[in-house]
Amino acid sequence: MSDIRMVDARGSFCPGPLMELIKSIRQEPVGTVFEVWSSDRGSAKDIPEWVRKAGHEVVDSLESDGVYKIQVRKLR
Amino acid sequence: MTRIVLLGGGVGGTMVSNQLARQLKEEILRGEVEVTVINESDVHVYQPLFLYMAFDQAVPADAHRAEKSVLNRHVKLVIGNADRVDRENNMVRMSDGQTIPYDYLVIATGSRPDMGSVPGLIEGGHTFYTEDSALKLRAALQSFQGGRLVVTVGVPHKCPVAPLEFTLMVDDWLTAQGLGKTSQVVYTYPIGRLHILEPIADWANEIFPARGIETHTFFNAETVDPEKKTLTSMEGETLSYDLLVAIPPHAGQDVIKRSGLGDAGQWIPTDRHSLQMEGADNIYVLGDATNVPISKAGSTAHFQADVVSSNLANRIRGGQGSHRYNGKVFCFIETGRDQATYVKFDYEHPPMPQAPSEMIHLYKLAFNKMYWLSAAGVL
Repeated sequence: MSDIRMVDARGSFCPGPLMELIKSIRQEPVGTVFEVWSSDRGSAKDIPEWVRKAGHEVVDSLESDGVYKIQVRKLR
Repeated sequence: MTRIVLLGGGVGGTMVSNQLARQLKEEILRGEVEVTVINESDVHVYQPLFLYMAFDQAVPADAHRAEKSVLNRHVKLVIGNADRVDRENNMVRMSDGQTIPYDYLVIATGSRPDMGSVPGLIEGGHTFYTEDSALKLRAALQSFQGGRLVVTVGVPHKCPVAPLEFTLMVDDWLTAQGLGKTSQVVYTYPIGRLHILEPIADWANEIFPARGIETHTFFNAETVDPEKKTLTSMEGETLSYDLLVAIPPHAGQDVIKRSGLGDAGQWIPTDRHSLQMEGADNIYVLGDATNVPISKAGSTAHFQADVVSSNLANRIRGGQGSHRYNGKVFCFIETGRDQATYVKFDYEHPPMPQAPSEMIHLYKLAFNKMYWLSAAGVL
């Protein structure tokens, strides 16, 4: 887990989990893997949708006790 | 003597220091506590007026007060540039060589719009998120002859409702200037809807098409070509513009970088409840400077200031400083010329839609005046 950048966006309604991910992706190098934690069910849909559009990759996605954990690799 | 030093005299630093001066008045008068604010300028600026300056509806003097006049008379003010925080020696080192030791440090350095983070944006675009840039945009609007006016929003940014307000205001302004028929307002947003707050996005979904405003979602500007007058997004979309107004990605302040306290964006890792810097018992962080996943807004700093000042006063009096921040945010939103609404939410409660009303609009106008009482720790 040490080489994964955690983005703990639980309880974030504004700016929200996706914007927290975009912020992190902008500031880290290509190849970095991020794990976003979100308490918003919508993240399971809108994060993968943006990741595809922006040319990155969803590595893993799971839900545990109401927390959505989505891993994303920065590809470009 | 216990020395409390506040790095930054904006909303957060000013409120915390004034609240401390009231709560610890007796200790300060007895010489047991000293509260010091470090600020790079002797002027306190009410930033929400930048939006109005762009439309020539406010001038800089409207937003300025002497910092000294905003601070409680028992607060010490140091004007100057902080070079770095020296954690080993518990002191702030100033650029002029002065050192300011602390027992408790409160970091309230805010954020800065980083136009340089999008190549070509400095040369090809405008913003209104600083006073100088708002005045430059005012000049650009005054000489605008019509065409495509693109408003693009980057991540992260402070004051999350200002981009919407600017878009609606500039649409009104173009019509009032007789440029409505020869202009097209375009609005881009980083995620898949028109605003991060769902009630606001739903409202914008109705009003933007009704006003003929062109919208592009999932749009994060990556480059600007000032010669061709185009901007291209991370998602691969290219838009042309005649006048580009950006709410650019923000970054933390350089002093955070020089101090080695921040992450790659110079945001300080901060406990979301205690507001202490991670791994530091005697350093608190509030407002835009934190990495807490919450709106970068004056109201956030205001509610966090209540927690930080309560905990500091409590600890100095022998308490545990266990008051927790619950993520509370409150924002006014102007929805037209004479109506406004508001949102409030915290870590546990999502924002709920509220019907716009004239009363809320009037309260917002009143708050623009009452802010100074708020900064003074009275309101």
